Amino acid sequence: MFYRLSGVHHTRYETARRLWPVPTDRWQVWILLALAVAAPLYMSDLYLSSYMLPWLVWSAAALSLTLLMGIAGQLHFGFAAVMAIGAYSSIHIVRAGWPFEIALIGAGLTAAFIGCLFGAAALRVKGLYLVMATLAMQYLVDWVIINVPAISGGAQATLQTPDVTFLFVPMQSDAALYYGALLWAVIVTLLVLNIKRTSFGRALVAVRDKDYAASIIGVNSFKYKLLAFFTSSFLGGVSGAVLAFCYYQAVTPEQFGFNVSIQLVAMVLVGGLGSVIGAYLGAGFVLLAPIFLTNVVAYAAIQGWLSVSTNLLAHIPLMAYGALIIGFLLFEPLGLAKIYDNIRKYFLVWPFRHSRS
Amino acid sequence: MAYFLELLINGALTGLMYSLTALGIVLIYKSAGVPNLAQGAMVMIGAYAIWMLASMAGLPLYLAIALAAAAMFGFGLLAERLLLRKMVGQPIIMIVMLTLGLEIFLRGLGPGLLGASPKSLDLGIPLTPVIVGDVFINRDYLVGGIVAMILVGLSLLFFRTRLGTKLRAVSDDHVSSWSVGISVERAVGISWGLAGISAVAAGALWGSVQGVDWTLSTLLFPAVAVVILGGLDSIIGVLVAGLIVGILGSVIPGYVDPIVGGGTRDVVTSLIILFTIMIRPHGIFGREDIERV
Repeated sequence: MFYRLSGVHHTRYETARRLWPVPTDRWQVWILLALAVAAPLYMSDLYLSSYMLPWLVWSAAALSLTLLMGIAGQLHFGFAAVMAIGAYSSIHIVRAGWPFEIALIGAGLTAAFIGCLFGAAALRVKGLYLVMATLAMQYLVDWVIINVPAISGGAQATLQTPDVTFLFVPMQSDAALYYGALLWAVIVTLLVLNIKRTSFGRALVAVRDKDYAASIIGVNSFKYKLLAFFTSSFLGGVSGAVLAFCYYQAVTPEQFGFNVSIQLVAMVLVGGLGSVIGAYLGAGFVLLAPIFLTNVVAYAAIQGWLSVSTNLLAHIPLMAYGALIIGFLLFEPLGLAKIYDNIRKYFLVWPFRHSRS
Repeated sequence: MAYFLELLINGALTGLMYSLTALGIVLIYKSAGVPNLAQGAMVMIGAYAIWMLASMAGLPLYLAIALAAAAMFGFGLLAERLLLRKMVGQPIIMIVMLTLGLEIFLRGLGPGLLGASPKSLDLGIPLTPVIVGDVFINRDYLVGGIVAMILVGLSLLFFRTRLGTKLRAVSDDHVSSWSVGISVERAVGISWGLAGISAVAAGALWGSVQGVDWTLSTLLFPAVAVVILGGLDSIIGVLVAGLIVGILGSVIPGYVDPIVGGGTRDVVTSLIILFTIMIRPHGIFGREDIERV
């Protein structure tokens, strides 16, 4: 139909090597990008700053995590702690008088350094034990942030983000904050897409599939695991800083608790492990589906179709979120990305039923 | 010195109660190889079930506990049949996340249906502490510690019965168990049911100590530390590691908390997990897995 290709047939290496080999995919990406750039023109401020913006930043964070979990195969259940390190260090760097651009890079480097420290400690093990080690890291980092007044500003304190300018643009209006988040999401997307087709990315995939086998064919698995931790923690740290400056505009330790780590893993899994578009779909789904379902139930309750106590209503998001994770793992373990892929493949080979993709 | 002894003894008893939660995780891991991160929520649901039967239906307490144990046995069987059996052969991240999803779901379900405010569960244990010399021992903890030791002992004995021998065979190798005629599915289901029963025991005791609400599911974290330290597939490890985690988690905060301002118990628990994994990942009594390409 709109692909008009009936399968992908490359005749030259240049076409096969492109980032999006299918022309229609390229057009879709350009249209989506144009829609995203024009969003402040046609969206109300409420939608822009409370739906689009967090979605983009959480997608960037989920992308950083999918680089580690999906491409390099290292499980991480403490990613919110990495983001917290980034958020707090960026605020303190800005408060020390440095420009925001340097603060973002500093946030990434701090998060990457501490993330690597824990990574190096945990990399003797893998699988379940890595999950437990990173979980312990989450609790440790949380505790340090809460109990060191120099970082958190005292127990129960909230740190306001100072006013900053990014590349001479003051980050105050909703549109400026939105463009900041969009820029970061685009950078991370391009980076992860490109990592997938470099030798670095292939080495990560080899380590993911079987690290012993990878080291037999000459891939230094410890080095690449550590590099994966470094890259992903860097991106996660900057995402945390962007989240703090563009969305929350204040940080408290609770914003980066253990539940947030679980939420990030859920985004990656619901979206599809290792898939770039999956990170976007997963982040949107995990953020919005529980809210949507609660609104539906609340609407039904108001209409008198079913009687729901306010207490039950308050717990529906949690139940929906748990049921969502269970449902996806049982019925579509490859996530939303697989559903997207099935639809795309159907149209790609149309009017035939089967062809090479 | 009396302060130290008090911390030591109460810590040891708390630790034994942690091992009650951890016992469920080990029972399941031993037979199915599934790390059940929903055990904390199962403890919570067990406590809610007892509260519902005792306070809402007005049954006598011991009948309520027995009925709750039966219900949680059924819940365990059902969870295995409906959820975990479909995940056999999937990567470990999927299984971990599935049990976490179950945990989140139950954490919404219990308080959602029965109300979020904490409920008190009275086991008829007097509040006055037992005084030995000049050491005060919490009676709840004392009963909890004794029950934990009895249950761990019973599970050790259980693994010597005919059914227990089957479960041990299943934990060794699924395929060879099938080939000698053991129903692996049933064995795994039974181990989930047993985990449900141990969750009821833990729920009753912890519920009487700190009230029944969603915070019971946070027992998962110390239980994970116990399981990692003792070895994921060792029943006796649960007892020993429970004592260690409990004592360290009580003595160290007892002296350090006044200096740094609280919350050290989680740090001690995290450090126990981290150091165990760095030094001896399979725990004190666990079996080391050999990996082949």
